[in-house]
Amino acid sequence: MDVFFYIAAAVAIISTVLVITRKHPVHALLYLIVSFLAVAIIFYQLGAPFVAALEIVLYAGAIVVLFIFVVMMLNLGKETSLQEKTWLNLSTWLLPGILASILLIELVYLINTQPNSTITIAEVDPKAVALSLFGPYLIGVELAAMLLMAGVIGAAHIGQRKKKYWHRFLQEDEQ
Amino acid sequence: MENLIWLLPALPLFGFLLLAFLGSKFNREAIAFIGIGSVSLATIVSLYLAINFISSPPENGFISQTLWQWMQVNNFKVTITFHYDALSLVFVFVITFVGALIHLYSTEFMAHDEYYSRFFAYLNLFVCSMLILVLADNLVLLYLGWEGVGLCSYLLIGFWYKNIKNGIAAQKAFIITRIGDTSLAIGMFLLFKEFGTLTISEISQQAVSHSSSSITLIALLLFGGAVGKSAQLPLQTWLPDAMAGPSPVSALIHAATMVTAGVYLLARMHTIFELSPAAMHVVAAVGAATLLIAATSALAQKDIKRVLAYSTISQLGYMFLALGVGAWWAAIFHFMIHAFFKALLFLGAGTIIEAQHHEHNMFNMGGLKDKLPTVFKTFVIGSAALAALPLISAGFYSKDAIIWYSLTAQNGSPLLWLVAIIGSFITALYTTRMVVLTFYGTSKTSLSYQPGVRMHIPLIILAFLSVFAGFIELPHNFGHVTLFSGFVGKALPTTLLKIEPSESLFQLIAAIVCLVGILLGWKLYSSNREKVIDLESGGLFKFFFNGWYFDNLYKVLFQQPYFFLARINKNDIVDKSNDVIVGISSWLSNQLATSQTGSMRWYVMGIIAGAIMILTLQLVL
Amino acid sequence: MISNLSSDYVFLLAAILFALGAMGVVIRRNILFMLIAVEIMLNSAGLAFIAAGAKWAQADGQIMFLFILSMAAAEVSVGLALIMQIFHQHKTLDVDELEQLRGDRK
Repeated sequence: MDVFFYIAAAVAIISTVLVITRKHPVHALLYLIVSFLAVAIIFYQLGAPFVAALEIVLYAGAIVVLFIFVVMMLNLGKETSLQEKTWLNLSTWLLPGILASILLIELVYLINTQPNSTITIAEVDPKAVALSLFGPYLIGVELAAMLLMAGVIGAAHIGQRKKKYWHRFLQEDEQ
Repeated sequence: MENLIWLLPALPLFGFLLLAFLGSKFNREAIAFIGIGSVSLATIVSLYLAINFISSPPENGFISQTLWQWMQVNNFKVTITFHYDALSLVFVFVITFVGALIHLYSTEFMAHDEYYSRFFAYLNLFVCSMLILVLADNLVLLYLGWEGVGLCSYLLIGFWYKNIKNGIAAQKAFIITRIGDTSLAIGMFLLFKEFGTLTISEISQQAVSHSSSSITLIALLLFGGAVGKSAQLPLQTWLPDAMAGPSPVSALIHAATMVTAGVYLLARMHTIFELSPAAMHVVAAVGAATLLIAATSALAQKDIKRVLAYSTISQLGYMFLALGVGAWWAAIFHFMIHAFFKALLFLGAGTIIEAQHHEHNMFNMGGLKDKLPTVFKTFVIGSAALAALPLISAGFYSKDAIIWYSLTAQNGSPLLWLVAIIGSFITALYTTRMVVLTFYGTSKTSLSYQPGVRMHIPLIILAFLSVFAGFIELPHNFGHVTLFSGFVGKALPTTLLKIEPSESLFQLIAAIVCLVGILLGWKLYSSNREKVIDLESGGLFKFFFNGWYFDNLYKVLFQQPYFFLARINKNDIVDKSNDVIVGISSWLSNQLATSQTGSMRWYVMGIIAGAIMILTLQLVL
Repeated sequence: MISNLSSDYVFLLAAILFALGAMGVVIRRNILFMLIAVEIMLNSAGLAFIAAGAKWAQADGQIMFLFILSMAAAEVSVGLALIMQIFHQHKTLDVDELEQLRGDRK
């Protein structure tokens, strides 16, 4: 049954490559959803069905939908993709590509130096996760709650549509 | 009775607090009432205490009152305790009585001053500090009062602070007396090291059976404190400049009371000094040198207040001479008489200056004899006391005792006697000069002001005392009244004589010298004023006029080297090494700042490169 | 569901996804795309955690993923709000235009 894993992995890699190369934002976001779904399948195979569900609901659902809202609000479309076309040339690709490749090679090498162990998958059910979450990790949960609260307030504050506002020092520079 | 001692410093303190915090709320009458009232009440308390003390003397010669414990560190314990004995009594009486008279005088003298309440607040604080000083049972409390009077002196010299010269004079007084204060503090530390206590009576008890080589050092350090406060050689230069303050301040602080704190300190610590003949000799020598230098300087001054300032230094020199030769009671007696006549002279001088459009120069005065009759009469009486006019002035009896003892007492010597007698001659000379220049001759200016009754009363009372206070102590060959020495002798050791020549002969010499001085002065100065100016234009007089150039000497010795050092170290040499570190980090920061391109992609690249580096480290290691 | 799986492959996948995300962040000039690439990186980190949790059959890996998820949610909401402000104020999403991060160099 390993084949499911390989297929999902291949889908994830291909769709991710497409995400970072697409010029139209909506296309990129659609490939991103595909990538998330593929990863969700892998989660399921690794015996984490609860997390797989969360991956679909939150990542592929909520977060990507947020992105799409923003794309709609900012009315990004053909002009953006045209712009992207001019921006994405070989010279911009080259150095980041090399760097990322080095990073990848190193990661792969590091993984290979570890003893190759075979996982015997045992499902860790949501109950075990919940017990652990509200047991030893309670502080973490509280902190995450605070972070989310800060995120909500921050987003609500920063996202306000204000008239163009310069910092007072910059304003002096302008004059 | 002993429950009343605390009232002495508490009443002026209360007056000070009231005036300092609520002074702006009161009108002038109320301010004057509080200012005089607090000191007058203290005077009444002090008189009551004195009468009680004299009529029923306590068994062991003193009364003490402990208010509370100030501090305690291990076995070092300081209490707020007042010690009231015959010596304190004399000082308390003079401080409160003369203080009250000067307060009364000030209400008129300062009547038109803008800062009326500030003036009385400072005066009250001064009286409070001075009383703490003379009532203190231990040296720490004494030091509190000592510093308190120094502070008030500073505040009052610079009272008219809007004129920068007054501020400089105040700072000079404060800094120079600080040198003495430091010496006193070190002396106190050594005392504590030797005896383990700073309570004066305990030190006195232990000192008798204590032999240590450091006693002389301690005595000299304590004397150093007295030198600063009492403007003796070599720290005398601040007192003439201190005349920048209002005249009542000069009268109270820089003549009658504060400057005698040094005399008090030595008299209070007499057990220490008695153990060290060397220190006693130093005290006597310094006193003699000071009295001569100051007397000659007074002879050449033009400013009437500076004449009096130098004469104060000179008279303080007499007191130290007396202390040095071991004539304890004579020093205290001269202190009391001096307080009366010098306060009188300063108040008189203040009135004259006020009446003459703030003219200080005696050569621009003259002919005031008929214009200010009361001031003239009292001033002449005060001058007679200063010049020690034989028989009728109090100054004669106190100064004659000192001159006599400078020859005959334990540490006396013919040389000291000679200096004292020459000083007496010069004193008579410059006193006559002052009186003649001020009151005789032709009138130069019209009077701007006629002093009122509140100025006259203190003058008359002090003049009365300047004559009659001397009669409480008469030489044994002449009446032999020993009220004062008998009384103060309870707190001070008796004066031992080593030789006893005929006292009458020496009295006669002193009297003749004084009379000759007065007559010579009259002859010299009552002639044409131009001649006097000619006479005083010589180099010697210039030397005297500048106070023997002590200020210039200190300028060359201390100020200029200090400024020189400050100038070469202007850029703070030590700080240069720190600047190197600053330079390196600044340079590095500039180098790193070039990586701040503001391009977010470069930052991300940097993060990735960093990640690669960390992973590489893991691979390699 | 598979019962046996070499854990190396899962980590390998996570590494590949991470490298791709990192590359995405660097090559794009549009902030929106950069944010998307950051999401990919976060997701790959979550994958590695899940794999590690599965390897030891513990719940901790999943819990870490939950924390990453909440962090990603907060980050995206604030990040998108920032993008909107940037767009309103600068009329562009080009990061190279936004060089105010440099500060004043004297």
